[in-house]
Amino acid sequence: MKTEYIDAIKKEFGNSILKESVSDNETYLTIKKETIVKLCDYIYSHLDLPLVLVFATDERKTDGVFKIHYVFSIDKDDAFIILNINIDEKTPVFNSITPKIAAANWYEREIQDMFGLRPAGHPDPRRLVHFEDMPAGVYPLRKDFDIRTKPPRVEGEYVYRRVEGEGVYEIPVGPVHAGVIEPGHFRFSVAGEPIINLEIRHFYTHKGVEKLFENMSMDKAVFLAERVSGDNSVAHAVAFCQAVENIAGIDIPPRAKHIRTILLELERVYNHLGDIAGIATDVAFAMGAAHANKLKEEVLQLNEKVTGSRLLRGMNAIGGVRRDIGDKKEGILLELSDVQHDFRELIEYLMSIPSLVDRIETTGRIYNDTAKGLHVVGPAARASGIDRDMRRDHPYASYRDFNFKVPLHKAGDVLARTVVRADEVCESIGIIEQALWSLPEGDIRIKSSQIPDGFSLGYTEAPRGETLYWVMTENNRIKRCKVRDPSFCNWLAIEYAVLDNIVPDFPIINKSLSLSYSGNDM
Amino acid sequence: MTVEYEIEIMGQRLNERIKKIFGRSLHIREVDAGSCNACEVEATALSNPIYDIERFGIHIVASPRHADMLLVTGPVTRNMELALLKTYNATPSPKLVAAMGSCACNGGIFGETYATGGGVDRYIPVDVYIPGCPPRPQAVIFGIMVAVDKLSQKKTPYSETPYLNTGIKGTTRLEHEI
Ligand code: SF4
Repeated sequence: MKTEYIDAIKKEFGNSILKESVSDNETYLTIKKETIVKLCDYIYSHLDLPLVLVFATDERKTDGVFKIHYVFSIDKDDAFIILNINIDEKTPVFNSITPKIAAANWYEREIQDMFGLRPAGHPDPRRLVHFEDMPAGVYPLRKDFDIRTKPPRVEGEYVYRRVEGEGVYEIPVGPVHAGVIEPGHFRFSVAGEPIINLEIRHFYTHKGVEKLFENMSMDKAVFLAERVSGDNSVAHAVAFCQAVENIAGIDIPPRAKHIRTILLELERVYNHLGDIAGIATDVAFAMGAAHANKLKEEVLQLNEKVTGSRLLRGMNAIGGVRRDIGDKKEGILLELSDVQHDFRELIEYLMSIPSLVDRIETTGRIYNDTAKGLHVVGPAARASGIDRDMRRDHPYASYRDFNFKVPLHKAGDVLARTVVRADEVCESIGIIEQALWSLPEGDIRIKSSQIPDGFSLGYTEAPRGETLYWVMTENNRIKRCKVRDPSFCNWLAIEYAVLDNIVPDFPIINKSLSLSYSGNDM
Repeated sequence: MTVEYEIEIMGQRLNERIKKIFGRSLHIREVDAGSCNACEVEATALSNPIYDIERFGIHIVASPRHADMLLVTGPVTRNMELALLKTYNATPSPKLVAAMGSCACNGGIFGETYATGGGVDRYIPVDVYIPGCPPRPQAVIFGIMVAVDKLSQKKTPYSETPYLNTGIKGTTRLEHEI
């Protein structure tokens, strides 16, 4: 691994580093907690590395402290820098990096709710995960919190940001929406039709997933990972499995890698088709929506034929995959070439409808610097000119072996996001074809009954973008599993994307970002 | 048997019953009470051109006030409890409730924790349970059929369906869709 970044950090901050350890492509540095803001700012602004994840662990039993970890990604060297600081239980406060790095906003508030560690100097220290009726002092991710506790409901009030002035009024929407979608609350401040402020309020679907992971056996945990964000099941399961396989030093068989790649891409195809259908629905272009939905259904049925599950569930396991799909090769190729043919026609057709293009062009713009500042990921980022894709920058499964392009657009509007997805569908089908043609012979799984104690990152590029898992094991069970769904990064961007747009365009903007509520709330 | 054929047969049977019991059509409101969103994928699939349940007289509506039936997914999270009860109370009687997916049936993999309630029937009366994670669209259509059958057999007069006390303190203001 190249170490130019690590050397730069050591040169500038050498005496704040208390400990260093390297495992694989992850460099862990323990930092004096006083210097963390400066150091993070240095890495973010000076070395220009994105902050991809912040999370805490409760290690009071072993080390007597809570730890907060900051993960930076070095895309060009396929490596990660993970800083951590120790927080004493008696002074549960840490310095907020949000004033310097906006992307840390929700992570720090999440840590405050789940661990009871306070980010000092955070510009918006309201609760995030817990609602106002949760009593003070309930910190579910502390080790001494019993998952079966039923905290009573108490009185409290949530204060929304207010925009006041003549002719400004508020429109509250949700949590139960008009369409068949997940629950969340949106509060618009409008002056006439244009939106002048939007505040989103989520965590209605908070299910305590990270707490559920704790003490779970590895095999069961794969099933839970599949259910963090249901339509990104494979991406989550693979990310989780890779983290555990890393800890155990398992290199899964090449055939399993290829099969995983195929599953990941099938998932991308049906998700993107669904999103394009959604955009067509929201501009009231029923015919386009029907076509796209039909194609999506065809892929779902193909999924069922190939894996037994329409959502590709139950395929991944620690050490590989459970089922071989080699004998379905011809069927998959045939079906996908049909889908691709119809899809090309559909996109050409959609893009030739002026009323549709007119509606989505310049709508819901996310500017490049906003996207970068908030660390927007996935197709939304690539539509705003951010050239990142985990499949290329941190290759996993067998992406190293295949040729594919990473589509990039600059406009940042709904149209750009639609086009990025359309391009990605074609690339994905290309990857599946390459993987099927070059499917190596051999086993599909290495079974291992004992996973050593350790910790590691696991990551995939889900249809929505970069998905991260950080897993820590103990006694063949999970000690801590941090999950970061792409939606957790992208939700905040919607507050910017809707500005100056009209309320009726909100559903389209929302759909074009394709955000998961469940993956965000967990 | 192809999917299309399966659906056609089941749909026709369902349609007959709906005609008999509801006169013309059945209106459903879907409520996500904390699902993982895969159940939503399948609930949306019901309206795609392949299943197209509208042709059997089933319509997914935007408001509980227009609904004959609630299709509830998810283990009922602590944060969705109030919204679910309010939606139930906003639905006119007689009403049916279908719990869709393992989570809605008994909490599924999420079970009962500080954040989840362990199934829909802990909060509102459930008429039919549709297992599966997620259930296939065919299963959901079948479940709806069973629920409709139940309605014709039910003895209790529907005006007496309980209005559930939300019993939740706090000043959370929840509005339904505009
Ligand atoms: S039943 Fe399964 S698919 Fe449905 S919400 Fe629960 S976990 Fe998701």
